[in-house]
Amino acid sequence: MLAFILRRLFQSVIVMLAVAFVSFAMFNFVGDPVNAMVGQDTTLQDREALREKLGLNDPMPIRFARFVGNALQGNFGLSYRTAEPVGRMIAERLPATLELSLVAASFALLVGLGMGVYTGLYRNSWLSRVFMTVSLIGVSLPPFMVGILLILVFAVQLGWLPSFGRGDVVRIGGWTTGFLTVSGWKALILPAVTLGLFQMTLITRLVRAEMLEVMRTDYIKFARARGLSNRAVNFGHALKNTLVPVITITGLQLGAIIAFAIITETVFSWPGIGLLFIQSVYFADIPVMSTYLVMIGLIFVIINLIVDLLYFAVDPRLRLSGGGGH
Amino acid sequence: MIARLADTTRRAFDSDIFYSFRKSPITVLSAAITLIFFIGAFFAPWLAPHNPFDVATLNLMDAFTPPVWMAEGNPLFPIGTDDQGRDLLSAIMYGTRVSLVVGFASVAFAMVLGVSLGLISGYFGGIVDAVIMRVADVQLTFPAILIALLLDGVVRGLLGTERHDDLALTVLVFSIGLSYWVQYARTVRGSVLVERNKEYVQAARVIGLPSVLIMIRHVLPNVLGPVLVIATINLALAVITEATLSFLGVGLPPTQPSLGTLIRIGNGFLFSGEWWITVFPGIALATFVLAVNLLGDWLRDALNPRLR
Amino acid sequence: MAEPVLEVKNLRVEFPTRRGTLVAVDDVSFSIAPGEVLGVVGESGAGKSMTGSAVIGLLTPPGRVASGEIRLMGRRIDNLPYGEMRKIRGRQIGAIFQDPLTSLNPLYRIGDQLVETILTHLPMSKADARARAIDLLKEVGIPGAEDRIDHYPHQFSGGMRQRVVIALALCCNPTLIIADEPTTALDVSIQAQIITLLKRLCAEHGCSVMLVTHDMGVIAETADRVAVMYAGRIAEIGPVRDVIKSAHHPYTRGLMGAIPTISEREGRLNQIDGAMPRLNAIPRGCAFNPRCPEVFDRCRIDRPDLMRAGGSLAACWKAEETVHG
Repeated sequence: MLAFILRRLFQSVIVMLAVAFVSFAMFNFVGDPVNAMVGQDTTLQDREALREKLGLNDPMPIRFARFVGNALQGNFGLSYRTAEPVGRMIAERLPATLELSLVAASFALLVGLGMGVYTGLYRNSWLSRVFMTVSLIGVSLPPFMVGILLILVFAVQLGWLPSFGRGDVVRIGGWTTGFLTVSGWKALILPAVTLGLFQMTLITRLVRAEMLEVMRTDYIKFARARGLSNRAVNFGHALKNTLVPVITITGLQLGAIIAFAIITETVFSWPGIGLLFIQSVYFADIPVMSTYLVMIGLIFVIINLIVDLLYFAVDPRLRLSGGGGH
Repeated sequence: MIARLADTTRRAFDSDIFYSFRKSPITVLSAAITLIFFIGAFFAPWLAPHNPFDVATLNLMDAFTPPVWMAEGNPLFPIGTDDQGRDLLSAIMYGTRVSLVVGFASVAFAMVLGVSLGLISGYFGGIVDAVIMRVADVQLTFPAILIALLLDGVVRGLLGTERHDDLALTVLVFSIGLSYWVQYARTVRGSVLVERNKEYVQAARVIGLPSVLIMIRHVLPNVLGPVLVIATINLALAVITEATLSFLGVGLPPTQPSLGTLIRIGNGFLFSGEWWITVFPGIALATFVLAVNLLGDWLRDALNPRLR
Repeated sequence: MAEPVLEVKNLRVEFPTRRGTLVAVDDVSFSIAPGEVLGVVGESGAGKSMTGSAVIGLLTPPGRVASGEIRLMGRRIDNLPYGEMRKIRGRQIGAIFQDPLTSLNPLYRIGDQLVETILTHLPMSKADARARAIDLLKEVGIPGAEDRIDHYPHQFSGGMRQRVVIALALCCNPTLIIADEPTTALDVSIQAQIITLLKRLCAEHGCSVMLVTHDMGVIAETADRVAVMYAGRIAEIGPVRDVIKSAHHPYTRGLMGAIPTISEREGRLNQIDGAMPRLNAIPRGCAFNPRCPEVFDRCRIDRPDLMRAGGSLAACWKAEETVHG
């Protein structure tokens, strides 16, 4: 098992390096950092001097190494748009995105699991049909449409919930949290539902498909042949086996949620890294874009790693312990 | 020959696939809806009541007209106008046209790219295969929309914003297509690996036939089914992705709007009460995607040998 | 004769499909006496597994019992609601399926699966159930049962797994075991061990067995009586010795002829020409008539019932003629 962990770590490092390379390439071949930093009056000589000073004329491998080195220290350069350090910009907005993503993911997981299990077990009941229709609509509606509709109903017509911003936030150390205020929670609801809806429908469909698949297996048939109660068969055996593949997908969904936050944050003017990213795309602010890429890459890689480890914990077949026997 | 054609058609109608199609009213409905959208979009210049992009015909006095069933509605503009006086129905038709063009083109691009890379990867194996698959894996860790956004941003950085907007259609097709090639490549590669080891390939090689030809003649037919299913899902996703990009402001500009752009324009007027500017394009988009998804679902079930 | 453990009368299992109703089991009747092993043999698709599934009440929909009766110890079980049947399954009827790898839930230790089954049907404490499980494992021949009870299925070899499955089937002392191809998925060397084990344990526990298989050799070794099925119907049924030695139905004769023996030195194995008909294309009259070397006109028109033929019953007009003629 140790070998497995080491191998995965190694793979993760490779992926990160690849991502870092793409990021680096973006930095260096798209737009000119010097031109973005100085005004129009700066002479060519001064620009050359600046280029030299920034080490932009060094050979590529050195620049890449320096880039990685800087990145590991959290130094990602300055934004083309605002000239602030990118690292600081992202750190400021990260809590907003993470809190939103967490709530959205929990919503998606809990509701999706529930609906999926129900429709898997009782596939022909009318409630199942309702659920399946809802999930179909959820998959077809683009996330931003969901947001707009929710705003239309709950913010414009009913006026119950706010449609932009985070509400009041409390600062704790380097983190700003909206969990501690009522207005913070109120502001969270609509964006979290919007963000989580797509994933929720995916999870529902996945769990349902897995349940149906599992219910057809021999061991379920054998369990029934042994006269086990419906509860034991459905929840003891079937559910547990369903969860194993569901875990991977769900874990990966968390990463997707963080990325999809881009859309939700735009619709709700939520001050997170997603909104920052969109602004950077619009202004071709390459440093922010590429840093965002590296960040997301890191988050995904970490999540993948955790999911793989979880797999180990849950499926005894993967553990290389014990020996076969005759 | 006519007799053979008639026979094939009769067999097609009799087949299991068409039976399951006929039996499911939802699928027939979805197909009908999809067809309506196609026709409306394709023939927009002839079918649309107005040309919303002919500036000469626009009258600012018509702006913000609500749908015809509300007070102040105007039967000339059945579902209202936007802030510039453009007829919403026509705008939706033209917008669908743009959305569909981007959707189909990007799917075609992704399919060609993905299938080719899959064939190459599976056939040549070795380093080529390893590299392509690694790239695929890395790309798969990121959601397609992120890839599309990144590509779009890069192009924007390279071309500058105005040039980007001029070429928006091409840029979008390219970005979106590039985000979705992986599924095709993996599926095709899998099939190639299976076929490559079969005896008839070895035999053909012994005879001297170019294996590439054999691959194409035998692998492609096998893989057509799954590729088709991927393509329908892809189409819905591509349309959504384009709409999302346009909505976010980095897709098609207001001068050549897609449904997403229209929704974005309308979003600004939600709070001031002119809800129709955003809702109707939204409904159009959602209905179309829903119909395509349902068709894809049916196709997937029909082609799945285990469910028959 | 003592009351039969299982009595099946005129069982008919149907599968409604969009192209019409398929009859998988057609007017099948037999009984199993206490302690007896009844072999049910036939080719794939003959309906033998269906019969087993119908008895235990686990037909996969849309299959259903269309008509007929199934009685267990005199009590009708084919029309019981699911809840009632559930109590019978595992407790009075045990089942063994073909593939031990897929029969066991890979995520649960075998001890847990055993204890769960025991506690479902028999009132006892968890500790007692566990002790009983260990005893069962020893009975089926798992070495180191006290430790292995906490192992997962994938940690056992195929033969061992099937032993665990047998333990699971026997754990609540059922009166009838339905074994559906219990050795087919195992190595040939293990097959004999498992089948001997099964026969011995059933004799010791006093339960009857309905042994479904396509392997005539297994039947010859293990069964007391045998039913030969063809196209959903019983072609011949009788004591094993009688059926094997003097097969009365032409199909049975064909099956016997196709078994290779070391003593024979003939060139080719005898084959029965043709193939068993598909369920939607069963011929009129006797289902075997297109392939039968002794067919005559009546065979093509009237379907034969089971008739006395020597010590057995055979569904063949020829047999009737031989007896009466």
